[in-house]
Amino acid sequence: MISIVFSVLLILVVLGYFFGRQRALSSSGGTIGSLHSRPPYHGMYVASWVGIPSILLVLVWLTLQGPIIDMILVKSLSATKLQGLSQSQIDIIISQIKSLAAGNVFGEPDAEAREAAENYLRWQSIAQWAMFAAAVAIALAGMALTSGRISQLFRARHGVENVLNLVMIACSMIAILTTLGIILSLLIEAMRFFDRVSITEFFFGLNWEPQIPIREGQVTAGGAFGAIPVFTGTLLIAALALLVAVPTGLLSAIYLTEYANPRFRSIIKPILEILAGIPTVVYGFFAVLTVAPAMRDFGAYLGMDIAPNSAIAAGAVMGIMIIPFISSFSDDAINAVPNSMREGSYGLGATKGETITKVLLPAALPGIMGGILLATSRAIGETMIVVMAAGLIANLTANPFEAVTTVTVQIVTLLIGDTAFDNPKTLAAFALGLVLFVVTLCLNVLALRIVQKYREKYE
Amino acid sequence: MEPQVGMDQEIEKSTVPATGVSEKPGETAALNPKMKAKKVSVYYGEKQALFDVDLNIYEKSVTALIGPSGCGKSTFIRALNRMNDVIEGCRVTGKILLDDMDVYDPKVDPVQLRAHVGMVFQKPNPFPKSIFDNIAYGPKIHGMGSNKTDLEEIVETSLKRAGLFDEVKDRLKEPGTGLSGGQQQRLCIARAIAVSPDVILMDEPCSALDPIATARIEELIDELKQNYTIVIVTHSMQQAARVSQKTAFFHLGYLVEEGDTDMIFTSPNDERTESYITGRIG
Ligand SMILES: Nc1ncnc2c1ncn2[C@@H]1O[C@H](COP(=O)(O)OP(=O)(O)OP(=O)(O)O)[C@@H](O)[C@H]1O
Ligand SMILES: [Mg+2]
Repeated sequence: MISIVFSVLLILVVLGYFFGRQRALSSSGGTIGSLHSRPPYHGMYVASWVGIPSILLVLVWLTLQGPIIDMILVKSLSATKLQGLSQSQIDIIISQIKSLAAGNVFGEPDAEAREAAENYLRWQSIAQWAMFAAAVAIALAGMALTSGRISQLFRARHGVENVLNLVMIACSMIAILTTLGIILSLLIEAMRFFDRVSITEFFFGLNWEPQIPIREGQVTAGGAFGAIPVFTGTLLIAALALLVAVPTGLLSAIYLTEYANPRFRSIIKPILEILAGIPTVVYGFFAVLTVAPAMRDFGAYLGMDIAPNSAIAAGAVMGIMIIPFISSFSDDAINAVPNSMREGSYGLGATKGETITKVLLPAALPGIMGGILLATSRAIGETMIVVMAAGLIANLTANPFEAVTTVTVQIVTLLIGDTAFDNPKTLAAFALGLVLFVVTLCLNVLALRIVQKYREKYE
Repeated sequence: MEPQVGMDQEIEKSTVPATGVSEKPGETAALNPKMKAKKVSVYYGEKQALFDVDLNIYEKSVTALIGPSGCGKSTFIRALNRMNDVIEGCRVTGKILLDDMDVYDPKVDPVQLRAHVGMVFQKPNPFPKSIFDNIAYGPKIHGMGSNKTDLEEIVETSLKRAGLFDEVKDRLKEPGTGLSGGQQQRLCIARAIAVSPDVILMDEPCSALDPIATARIEELIDELKQNYTIVIVTHSMQQAARVSQKTAFFHLGYLVEEGDTDMIFTSPNDERTESYITGRIG
């Protein structure tokens, strides 16, 4: 049915285009030059007014149709059937009726349910036909209204321009609204979590042991939701990653911009960029299968005990992952320092090294800082490497050779498997997600602001 | 602060004939050549940009380089302090002497040389640092002004010599990039002066400035020539006539004519010079 609706609308749009063009041609009286806008613009103008409102109507209709019919369905059921039932039990009855309507009969449905199912089917088909009629009516109305306006002087070009504008605004609104929706759902779930676990415990508690109820209804001891060890674990791994990535990334950027000859640069830069394109799960393998055992052996050789899933293995590999961020941001920042700064410095008798450390790096510092902040936010939000290489147990330690866990690892483990969505264990994932979101958002905003401010200076 | 002196300096003096440049007795008698270019050619890769240029730069005077765009003025002035070294594929042949020391001698450290032969560029290019740090940059890297008061003194005298001190003395800590274009250019001159060079090269120092700021810089150049040897590239005939004692006219990579500014502007020997000065080529 829906595909029929869309095909009919599409046909009307095409018809609208040709109709509009034809009208324009005939109103020009043979000389196209006398028209304000060329005929195709008139066609597009009519087509867009035929297509856009009717398709919007169909979309809105489709989203509202289900809930409204459900509501009517509930209303139609006799009061006795629903008496004393909770919302979730009512939901179950409704879905039983729906599956009955779809032809799946389970057990012995009573007469009322059968009748409701029939009603349901009937309402649905009424709704769909109504939608069809309304959409076609709107499309035809659009065609009638717009083609009536077509004349020699009608500014269809501007009309099309305005329609395009609206379409673009709508598209950008989609991104914004989605983000808002995500934030809202995170907030709501997190609020539900904080109904059960106090905010102070979550943010200041030192013990993280989310209980795992084996089956629904099993009430285990409350569990501990002090997230400090999770946060410190995240920070530890991110710090280790930065320790690896900042010097390597920065120095390679300096080398590439200031010392390397162009041919070498043209080979190395793409390789660094490939590093950014490696799927993080591959880095994860690398961390678990190569780096961690190597570190363990090395530790054993030195007489140290390094955990198999130590923070340092995960951090080091994550560091390698974020090198391209830092090096490409630093590269851009250093390149953006105008050549006149270099010449000015050389002209005063400075060496290359002095010029780099005393003039170029300070001038590029904001851009480099921006890159480091973005890389930090990547490191904090990175999931796959730590899921594979870091630990699961929340350990409050600053020792990089022990296993620690991170926010992202905990979110994954909390949500994996069959879990009910209203116990604190599951909800804790949303609280952690909210914290992660806020922190990375702040880092990104800060980084972008710094980078932007820096750009203004040389333009 | 003597420049590093090559061992062959003495030999240099005796073997190289005085100069290929026509010297006007009487007029130049008071002036000693500070720098001498002998048969200087400059190549960018395969392309030759300067052909056998012979030119003397006289001490404590202003030498103006004029000529149409692309004739090699910048190339020549940059050869004087080896700024061309940083350009890939650039090659210089011939000799450039600074006080009889060959600037292109392998023993000469170009970094050291540039402390003696400073440079001011076409567009003011203060570093994104405070006014103070802009000027203290050179002295610091050369180990001048070991303590803070010394450094402050150098900064103050440099600013005074560049005629900028009164305008900025209350805001030495503010960024140099916040000054007006003319002030920025004087800051760059002060920055060059701060490393106490012997020679200051200026490549079109006023071309990004308005007439008032230009007049200010011209006055400054006139004062500076008491202490420094100055070479200035300019596209303005009036400016060359106003500030310089010597003028050299370049055309298509050749030094066509050079001599006292009065002479070049009143009775040039070469007809190309005359056409350029009167505005017929350019
Ligand atoms: N980095 C470079 N690489 C290759 N060729 C160059 C380079 N710089 C200058 N040239 C060439 O050398 C010649 C002289 O250039 P130069 O910059 O010295 O001219 P100029 O007299 O300073 O001109 P203007 O008055 O426009 O500044 C020109 O033909 C120019 O194209
Ligand atoms: Mg030039």
